Amino acid sequence: MSAIMVIARTEFRRMFSSPLAWSLLAMMQFILAWIFLLGLSEYLERVQPQVAMMENAPGITDLVVSSLYLWAGLLMLAMMPLLTMRLLAEERMNRTLVLLTTAPVSVAQIVLGKYLGLLLLIVVMVAMLTLMPLSLMLGTSLDWGKLAAAVLGLFLLLASFAAAGLFLSSLTRQPIIAAISTFGLLIFLMVLYISGNSQGSASELFIYLSHFGHFLSFLDGVFDTADLVYYLLFIAGFLLLAIRKLDNDRLEG
Amino acid sequence: MNSESLIEAAELSRFFGAHCAVEKVNLQLDKGEVLGLLGPNGAGKSTTMQMLTGNLAPGSGEIKVNGIDLLDEPRKAKSHIGYLPEQPPVYRDMTVNEYLRYCARLHGLGRREAIIAADEAKERCNLQEVHRRLIGNLSKGFQQRVGIAQAILHKPAVIILDEPTVGLDPIQIREIRALIRELGEEHGIILSTHILPEVQAVCDRVQILNRGRTVFNDKLGAVDSLENIFFELIYQDDPAVVELADNEQEVLA
Repeated sequence: MSAIMVIARTEFRRMFSSPLAWSLLAMMQFILAWIFLLGLSEYLERVQPQVAMMENAPGITDLVVSSLYLWAGLLMLAMMPLLTMRLLAEERMNRTLVLLTTAPVSVAQIVLGKYLGLLLLIVVMVAMLTLMPLSLMLGTSLDWGKLAAAVLGLFLLLASFAAAGLFLSSLTRQPIIAAISTFGLLIFLMVLYISGNSQGSASELFIYLSHFGHFLSFLDGVFDTADLVYYLLFIAGFLLLAIRKLDNDRLEG
Repeated sequence: MNSESLIEAAELSRFFGAHCAVEKVNLQLDKGEVLGLLGPNGAGKSTTMQMLTGNLAPGSGEIKVNGIDLLDEPRKAKSHIGYLPEQPPVYRDMTVNEYLRYCARLHGLGRREAIIAADEAKERCNLQEVHRRLIGNLSKGFQQRVGIAQAILHKPAVIILDEPTVGLDPIQIREIRALIRELGEEHGIILSTHILPEVQAVCDRVQILNRGRTVFNDKLGAVDSLENIFFELIYQDDPAVVELADNEQEVLA
């Protein structure tokens, strides 16, 4: 257990000792803040006057906050491959993986440590994003249940991105290949969702397989155990594959 | 079997596809002994070392480190090994201090012990003046020394060094050789190289590999001219290169 934490902490720190984590957080914060302000001003000027008289009108959490988290998910679709590509592929390229495989730690500990380190960064990112809707507390009241579901949904979505990226990073020694294949896989899962919804070829199965479908129900404020299980299986599956791949390296050389 | 035996490797074989990299190599290392692993490029030195450090599973054969079976209890056995691969496994974006403490923590030392171990290793490898600098900004010689510090800091019984003096200037080579001699008094060391004088300068015993097989294994004291033996053994079963032998001998001499 402690070896996992040692690896995770160092992984997390190394991301902050290069400009990587800083530029990622700054860029995400800037773009999402812009989207947040756009949504907010639209709500104030156009939506609020219309819905003011309605009963059970959609509140600010439905309109502004949900779309903010959806945007965050879409943006991270493009960013996550850049974070995961370094985890194992870069270590391979720089021949530093040997340090970990020679140390008295198991392959599972290496993979979990690396994954946990990235999860910490994801937590920081989601926390910084969540400050925006929290700032609305100054003037209005929020739907806490919906906000919590959106936060959890985004976290699970990003965690599933990270697990897939970690596995693809274990396959190659070229970080760029790892990034491209991760990006391809994530986009493919989104395309599955789109094609599952398209007229004519609508398919429940495609929607179920795509991680976006599950994310959207979180954004609607629905916490369904099936969605949670989907993400946990997705994550566990890819982590196991990564462990198997690294183990296999020792056998195949 | 000798009770002082630190490494006991029997009948190690390893194929890569149809190519046999190492064939039935026996290797033994006693406490306080510096063993030189010698051979031309592609003789199987690095493959043997990767197997001894648990980075590559042998096709057949068994390895005991300090009496512990490396294949049955890899984590326990690995804690007795320090390994410097051909390319030092250093993270260029960490400082020397951070890196060495991380390595110590990976070997299961506590926070305070890790700092002490890192300090000792820095002192042994003369790294005090650069301890706050980023490893990526250090010269090749210093990076190599960081690699050696990493291999010795948890005071392993066995230290395995793969071509530790490649790319160093003559002064650094002399320093590193002196360090190896010094370490050889309390640890067992396996050193691979293809520089003959290096073996004569630091090793007690030499084992020569050619095409994956042991062709010579004896104390250095019993050897008159290592060079003659080396060329005789390497070229005896390869008539194609016999005519080259004389030329190369001149170059190397």
